[in-house]
Formats: sequence, structure tokens, C-alpha cells
Amino acid sequence: MNAPLTSGYNFAYLDEQTKRMIRRAILKAIAIPGYQVPFASREMPMPYGWGTGGVQVTAAVLGADDTLKVIDQGSDDTTNAVSIRKFFEKTAGVATTTVTSEATVIQTRHRIPETPLKEDQILVYQVPIPEPLRFLEPRETETRTMHALEEYGLMHVKLYEDIARHGHIATTYAYPVKVAGRYLMDPSPTPRFDNPKMHQSPALQLFGAGREKRIYAVPPYTDVVSLDFEDHPFEVNKFDKPCALCGAEGVYLDEVILDDRGGRMFVCSDTDHCETRRADGNRGEMSPDSSENRP
Amino acid sequence: MSAARELPAAEMPELPLLSVDGLSKFYGARLGCIDVGFDLYPGEVLAIVGESGSGKSTLLSLLSGRLAPSAGRIRYRMRDGELRNVLGLTEAERRLLMRTDWGFVHQDPAQGLRMAVSAGANVGERLMAVGQRHYGDIRATATDWLGRVEIDSDRIDDAPRAFSGGMRQRLQIARNLVTHPRLVFMDEPTGGLDVSVQARLLDLLRGLVDDLGLSVVIVTHDLAVARLISHRLMVMRQGRVIEAGLTDQVLDDPREPYTQLLVSSVLQV
Repeated sequence: MNAPLTSGYNFAYLDEQTKRMIRRAILKAIAIPGYQVPFASREMPMPYGWGTGGVQVTAAVLGADDTLKVIDQGSDDTTNAVSIRKFFEKTAGVATTTVTSEATVIQTRHRIPETPLKEDQILVYQVPIPEPLRFLEPRETETRTMHALEEYGLMHVKLYEDIARHGHIATTYAYPVKVAGRYLMDPSPTPRFDNPKMHQSPALQLFGAGREKRIYAVPPYTDVVSLDFEDHPFEVNKFDKPCALCGAEGVYLDEVILDDRGGRMFVCSDTDHCETRRADGNRGEMSPDSSENRP
Repeated sequence: MSAARELPAAEMPELPLLSVDGLSKFYGARLGCIDVGFDLYPGEVLAIVGESGSGKSTLLSLLSGRLAPSAGRIRYRMRDGELRNVLGLTEAERRLLMRTDWGFVHQDPAQGLRMAVSAGANVGERLMAVGQRHYGDIRATATDWLGRVEIDSDRIDDAPRAFSGGMRQRLQIARNLVTHPRLVFMDEPTGGLDVSVQARLLDLLRGLVDDLGLSVVIVTHDLAVARLISHRLMVMRQGRVIEAGLTDQVLDDPREPYTQLLVSSVLQV
């Protein structure tokens, strides 16, 4: 695999030995769903917290004929998404897209696309803190033992605290899940709205944490169950209104402040989904060209 | 000081719950404790007394599986009646034992509690660890246990940080007893508490031990605590058990010179 001659980089930035090392970690992660596999995370030309783990995983799985999509908080056009997309355009010369259904590899921060994923797609998550028990148990030796012995009662202590304080489970993102009935896993800071999409997903899901040097995975068609109590079952976030631009219901919405007098709108967090729907003629209450708003 | 406790002879069971022999621990060339052996019967409270550095905390750590011994044997009668070698258990079995059938009350409640989560969650943690997944039930059990250790039920959502020393210690006891353990280890449970709070805590402990038929191994340097709560007593010095027997017998008629010294050192008010 040769990089474009002009770039001066190896294909997808990382050298082949590094990519092999990461692929070995990925294979192990797929073999043990939800288990955090340590790997020799490299310095990347970007700061920790910007997706160094996700970028390394993407670099390791990317082939010359792949089509890459990068999203940040559901959006294709934020700085982080644009920069990572350009990074791989330059170093790997791969095709890029913003259309979910056209992509073969999707690197994401915080969201799973609204368009259902397919078997030939790989979803790569950028993970800041891979250990779901970290804030409850600071010792790495102890959390590893807890994983090994499947001692996950502590996670419910956190959910108990939520209910005791707020009357309901108030964890809205990084909501803990159990993978394939065995390992407790942090689904990265995705909203819990997206948790059900991980369950039995046809796409391969890979998680990379660069600073913490961990890779984990959910293979296709794997059970991913959100933790809950019998009398406080898991629920996804609900929204009062449909998207203000495309009128979509049952999707995750972002709040956008419009002025300093309390004006606000709720729009699809998945920009590709919203644009596709608008192109198909769907309109929300605040669309510039909707009938109510037309001058 | 004649409040010592006697086991009703008729209820004295025949089989020991915990059986220890030849237990030794060396820290390199230094001695932790050597050749300690005893049997603990169900419902019995054994106090280990001695001065600082006598090896009593080492012994407690060995018994509770927090430290690996250099030599010796610890056997525990499981709920199925089988006497099993504790040191031969897998880590998973040992940890399960620690959070179901055993309890450990630390001298410093901050070590035994999760200071950042509420009292209710502290009590409920063991329940959740053994698989209870019904919030209402867990909370009801926690409320019940807080009542049993005399903590107002309206404090259930307060973190132990907001509790006094005595309350923290009582919370720690509730947290340990919620799964109805049969054996509880206590490391100076009244240390650092003022005397009136100590008295109340001891009173509470006596009541719980009687009600639940608990077996307890309690380490203390306070002979008054040993007198009030324990049936039997072991006196340790320089890593060895130098005297053992019924609490009243040892304290009223000490045989060893060191025990005599210890008993006569207690301040009389």
C-alpha cells in the first residue's frame, strides 16, 4: 500500500509495524467483546482528547478503497471532524463523504448516525476514559480484578445514587452497558439515546482511547444491554418537539440558542440525517423555506 | 467491670466456624506473628488484645485474607457445612466470601466506607454486589439497617462526609451486616471515639451480635472493650499468643506477668 507520492507519509500516517500492532489489539478486542485491550498508543499530530485513539484505530483499519466519514457530536462540519477528514485525505488519499450510507469507515465522537448502519461498515469511536468504573474505583489494579471476576455491583451504586438524588437515572451520556453478557463497557460519551443502536448492530464497532492506551470492540450482532434497576428501567432521552429544520421525530436533538431573549430551537444533531431529510422535502417549523415562515 | 458475657451452654455448638492453626507471618527477617492457633465457634466473640506492635493487626489481616501468611492453616465452615481451607480458595471465591459471609469493620470508617456516595448506597452496595437489582427493595433494606444502627432515616441520602465519627462507624457496621454475614472482623472499632460514643457503639454491637448470632474476631488495645463485648480473649506480645482463655478468667486472674501488667495498667476512674 503506497501513499500518494506527493504526501511524503506512509499510507494513513502510521508506519506498517504500528498498524500491525494496533490490528492485533483490535483482533483481540473483537475476540473478547467489551474487554479493554492495552496497546502501545502513539503520539499523533494532535493533542490528547482530540481523538488520538480513534485516529489510530481508523489508520489501522483503513484501506485504499475505503470511504471515510468523520463526525463530531453528530456533525460533519465541526473543526474536529473536518480536520480528521482532511488528515486522512492527505495521508491516505482515501475518498471521504458526509453521507452515512456511502461510508465504509465512520469515525465518530459522541454520536451514532441516525441512519441504520450496515454489515460492511465499521464505526470507530473516540474514547476519552475507557474504564466505566474509573470514577467509582480509582485503582487500575482493582478495576482490572473487578472485570476479571465480573464484580459489577459498584456500577449499580452509581445508578442508585442517581435515583436517590434525582428520582431517576440521571446519567445521560457514557451510560454503562454490558456487552455479550460479560464485560461492563463505557460506550464512550455518546448520549444514552444511542445505546439501543449498539445492541445487535450489523456494523463492527471499535473503540480507541489514545491517552489511556486501550482498544475495545463490539463485534457485529452482539448483545449490548444498558444497566438499570427492575423498578427503574433504562429509558432513552425524550424530546418534546421534532427537529425544527426537518421535522424528524425519534432522533437526537441539539439545542441551539438563537438570541439573548430565551429564543432557542432544537435541531437534529446528525447533520447528514437532517440534510438528507430536507433534500427529500421534509420541513420543520423553523425551516427558512417552510410555509409558515415564508414572507 | 463484671459485665462479661457467657455463652448459654445449651446453645454451644460443637463445630467451629473458623479453625486456625500454626499461623505465622514474617516480614522478611522481622516477625509479624508466629504459631497462632484457635477455634472460633458460631456466635462467639473473640478479642485479641496487646500493645502496639504485638502482631494483632497482622493476625487480623491474615485471618481476613488481606495478607498471605508465611505458614499455617485457616479453615472456615461454609454455609453448606463443609470446612474449607480459606487460603486455598480462588480469588473470586475469597472476594465473594468477603462481601457476603464475612464483614470487616475498619478502625477508620473512611477506609471501610465510600465517602462520596450516600449512606443508602453504602449500605446497599453489598446487596447490589450479590445481584439485587430492585431499587425500592434495596432502599427499604438500607432504611431498615440505618434504623437498626440508630441513624435517622432522613439521613439516608447524606454522604458519610456529613456524619460524625460515631455515626460513620455505625454506618460502617450496617454496611457490613446487611448481607447477614456469619463472621465479622473488627479492627479497633471504637478507636478514636470519645467514651460516651464508644459506650453507645459497644451497646449497639452487643445487641447486634446477640440478635444475629454473629461470630466476631475483634482486635483492641482497650481491655474495657474486650471485657464488655468478648467471650474469649487472646493476649499477644511480640507476635506470640502468650495467654488465652475466657475473658473474665484472663482479666480477673491473669497468669502471665505481661498480662498482669496490662490489666494493672488500666486507669481506674
